[in-house]
Amino acid sequence: MKLLALASMALMTATVIPAMAQVSDEKVKIGILNDQSGVYADFGGKWSYEAALMAVEDYGGTVLDKTVEVITADHQNKPDIASNIARQWYDTEQVDAIMELTTSSVALAVQGISKEKKKINMVTGAATTELTGAQCSPYGFHWAYDTHALAVGTGGALVEQGGDTWFFLTADYAFGYSLEEQTGNFAKSKGGEILGAVRHPLATTDFSSFLLQAQASGANVIGLANAGLDTANAIKQAAEFGIVAGGQRLAALLFTLAEVHGLGLEAAQGLTLTEGFYWDRDDESREFSRRYYERTNRMPNMIQAGTYSAVTQYLKAIDKAGTDETEAVAKELHEMPVNDLFARDATVGANGRLLNDMYLMEVKAPADSEEPWDYYNVLATIPGEEAYIKPSESGCSLVSQ
Amino acid sequence: MADLTTTGIERQTRARTEWLLVGLGVAALVAAPFFLYPIFLMKMLCFALFAAAFNLLLGYTGLLSFGHAAFFGGAAYFTAHAVKEWGWTPEFGVLLGVLGAAALGLVIGFFAIRRQGIYFAMITLALAQMFYFFCVQAPFTKGEDGIQGVPRGHLFGFIDLSVPLNMYFFVLGGFLIGVFAVWRIVHSPFGMILKSIRENENRATSLGYSVARYKLAAFVMSATLAGLAGAMKALVFQFATLTDVTWQMSGEVILMTLLGGIGTMLGPIVGAGLVVTLQNYLATSEFPVTVITGAIFMICVLLFRRGIVGEILARLSRGEGDAR
Repeated sequence: MKLLALASMALMTATVIPAMAQVSDEKVKIGILNDQSGVYADFGGKWSYEAALMAVEDYGGTVLDKTVEVITADHQNKPDIASNIARQWYDTEQVDAIMELTTSSVALAVQGISKEKKKINMVTGAATTELTGAQCSPYGFHWAYDTHALAVGTGGALVEQGGDTWFFLTADYAFGYSLEEQTGNFAKSKGGEILGAVRHPLATTDFSSFLLQAQASGANVIGLANAGLDTANAIKQAAEFGIVAGGQRLAALLFTLAEVHGLGLEAAQGLTLTEGFYWDRDDESREFSRRYYERTNRMPNMIQAGTYSAVTQYLKAIDKAGTDETEAVAKELHEMPVNDLFARDATVGANGRLLNDMYLMEVKAPADSEEPWDYYNVLATIPGEEAYIKPSESGCSLVSQ
Repeated sequence: MADLTTTGIERQTRARTEWLLVGLGVAALVAAPFFLYPIFLMKMLCFALFAAAFNLLLGYTGLLSFGHAAFFGGAAYFTAHAVKEWGWTPEFGVLLGVLGAAALGLVIGFFAIRRQGIYFAMITLALAQMFYFFCVQAPFTKGEDGIQGVPRGHLFGFIDLSVPLNMYFFVLGGFLIGVFAVWRIVHSPFGMILKSIRENENRATSLGYSVARYKLAAFVMSATLAGLAGAMKALVFQFATLTDVTWQMSGEVILMTLLGGIGTMLGPIVGAGLVVTLQNYLATSEFPVTVITGAIFMICVLLFRRGIVGEILARLSRGEGDAR
């Protein structure tokens, strides 16, 4: 009870007296908000929370001599729950920054709230370019990846690897169309040719007729402009039709290590995809990933490693600014280059976009995999400046200022 | 069912308990935002109204709709679009949402009431799914991203709804109007006919009532009130997304109503409060939310089938020497 009284007193003084102290309410509190029980539970999930905890521990557990605390919540893929929790965190629990934010609708909603309440949010789990485009925020940051980077990676870089004729399997809704259009444009700009596309209903279980059309098109790349379970089902059924064995390449546009693990190498072999991180990239990423593996029994994908990077960078920014006050920290986050196990010498655009390198990967055949989680061959590295929309062309109002 | 068998005195005591509860409830709701987090309360009120509207159909007319998310989420989209893109004031935005939901209700109801039982449920589900796929594809809903950053605006041009308390009382007003409407409908001659349809449709027909028309009217009313809940929710959270039109949302409102008690005035409200609270508070715990709500639902179905409020009311009337 004494503690409670003390805490509430601290809270009252904190709200009455304008930020005199370096660190508000004597603590830096980071909230990890994402889906932990639904379809994205492996995509980010509580594994992202683990990554955030590791980031804080690796940083020493304190910043400016104040404790850093990480809390988490499961938004169950519902923007209203996410929005409720985010507001509650900011208003009553002195959370200083919210991170991860899987799924676009949630990320946009929480970024809106953060902007209104002048708090920092760092998105690693959502794909939409709107976050650093029309709906950008001076306190909002987007780490790890976005749809544009995936399209550049898979569409552009794959053509250079010899995948010059394309056929798309597109989920019949806005997300699918935009993936198909963006990827197709990059493929064309590199000299590729689009032979055709077929639209499949969202969340269908039978891809056979679509796959047969794709097979008959003779295209050497079949682009899967869909997500989640649709992609997984399409890949499984493509394996049954022997599409990859027949010499055609499957290219998934949004697929990560966690999903490859779920699908198994037998079905996923030969699949091409783009990610912002691979654990087996260099010594630094391997060292981190092995420690991560000891805690979670899995290797991190770009969402989880990205969350580690976002938390670390946020703490560095507080250290450099000498305060956790939002404006000052946001300024440092915009200015400081990111150099950690996730991103190397990456800069952050004025729209809040981290311009990290992306990697075009190919899933190994079971025989080539030498150890558990040894899943990818890196085909190409796409530099951050090429992968993302230039901040000046993003449509974000902050850039022109 | 109890209504038809209890005697006048018992009905009076029961009515008195109900009024007492209602009075206490309204007082508690007025005081609540000073103690609890307003956004959370507003969300609870929106879902409570949604469940109450659903109960009008399931509890009093005996029609199990599996497509109510279409009205709830549809209204949210209409309101969000009108307020954000056309710059409408909140009251007209909500009105458009409500009317839109009523129109949707008329169309879906027109087809669905032609069949009964499981077929009725399946038709409502199918049509609601059609609406869902429309929302997935239509450009104005912005697909996955949803309509974001909807301004709350000024009610009647001068009450600033971005102040949490103002917004709360706006939502509370809408909620009370909606629940009063349900109460009025249920306790009117029209409501009696609905109940007679629920009890025995053939007999109602043989008494000369045009059953189809009554069912359609009840369906549209329920859709309208669900729309009011959805429209207000869009303003509370300042967005409208696909979550509200998915079939899972239709399932959730059934869960709320069953948990609280079908065919009671307070049941759906209590049920909605319980489900929303669980979703919110379990979110920060270690437990998987869906598993726990599922387990509670199973316990409820196995142990007290009348739902929480239904069971309490039944115990009360039994305690007072009911014939049962």
